[in-house]
Amino acid sequence: MDTLQTLLLAFIGIVIVNNLVLTKFLGICPYLGVSGRIDMAFGMGCAVTFVVTLAGTLTWIIDHTFLIPYSLEVMRYLCFIMVIAGAVQLVEMYVRKFFPPLYESFGIFLPLITTNCAILGLCLFLNLWEIDSLIHAVVLSIGAGVGFTLAICIMAGIRENLELADVPEVMQGAPITLVTAGLLTLAFMGFAGMI
Amino acid sequence: MAEQRLQKTFTAGLWQNNPVLRLLLGMCPVLAVTAALKPALTMGLSVIFVLTCSNVVVSLMKHLLKPHLRILMFTLTISTFVTIADLYLRAFQPEMSAALGPYIPLIIVNCIIIGRAEACASKSPLMVSLVDALGMGAGFTLTLCALAAVRELLSTGKLFEITVMPSWFMPWAAMGMPVGAFVTLGLMLAGVNLITRKT
Repeated sequence: MDTLQTLLLAFIGIVIVNNLVLTKFLGICPYLGVSGRIDMAFGMGCAVTFVVTLAGTLTWIIDHTFLIPYSLEVMRYLCFIMVIAGAVQLVEMYVRKFFPPLYESFGIFLPLITTNCAILGLCLFLNLWEIDSLIHAVVLSIGAGVGFTLAICIMAGIRENLELADVPEVMQGAPITLVTAGLLTLAFMGFAGMI
Repeated sequence: MAEQRLQKTFTAGLWQNNPVLRLLLGMCPVLAVTAALKPALTMGLSVIFVLTCSNVVVSLMKHLLKPHLRILMFTLTISTFVTIADLYLRAFQPEMSAALGPYIPLIIVNCIIIGRAEACASKSPLMVSLVDALGMGAGFTLTLCALAAVRELLSTGKLFEITVMPSWFMPWAAMGMPVGAFVTLGLMLAGVNLITRKT
């Protein structure tokens, strides 16, 4: 069933067509908060990609080996959030040890990855879309992370240039960012129906 | 005196510290469920329930919390109540539960709830946390409904699925799509900026 083609289509689908940020509104907080500078946005994207890959894979395995066979679906949300919190803790320790300057510049945003809806959202979507093979789940998890990085980097690029523009006073800050994001989703709607 | 303070806490959540319009918290559900009024209202009420329960519980156990484990305890408390809300909706409002899909479980990672647990409930007495949760929840729900009303009216000409616009009204489909959510909220925030700048 898992031919290379279905996996490739699934990957492109989740990166571009069903981009979690732009079509499902997941991970909007860091998208609007961190995306001021392109290098920080890229670092954030990498951290999220790592966490989402780990969390997506682990929650899929837990879901299919423990929760579904023993009908413990009630515990699903509790388990998922524990796995995500653990994965974020791991990333935090790793970054603090090996990239201290990056750790300093992230500040509060690194632990806040735990509450990034894109990660929990993907874990829930894997369950909702009834993904039944491990490799498919892994591909979708990586794709979700790449899609998030793509969206946040595009946004950061636009916002760096927006600083040079003459924005009306009442629109400065969050309002203009939201309108920009809206125009960006309009552009990404062009990909709808591609797959 | 105490009553006055509680009242002030409540109204702060409605406007002065409105979670969406002022603090920009919990944007995901704001954008995702506001295509129509009914899901928006359901979402708002679920958030009020979860926020109130978690604020009360966190306020009761604030003396037992260890600093490094506190976020974990908050999320575990919250996910317990979200599971309750989710099961309730699935049992009694099946079509609403299907329409909201993963956005109900996503209340767990809604920054408003963790934010209030951290900023208010873990420091304040029980009554203040309770009133604060109700005020914040009401502010969130009102904002959600205002946004949803604008979007549903412009995208379908209906409110609560009842047609209110005259027959010549041309539905504006883009308002029901993601772009409508972003642009409407952006303009709403600009409006709030305009009002607060003058006063």
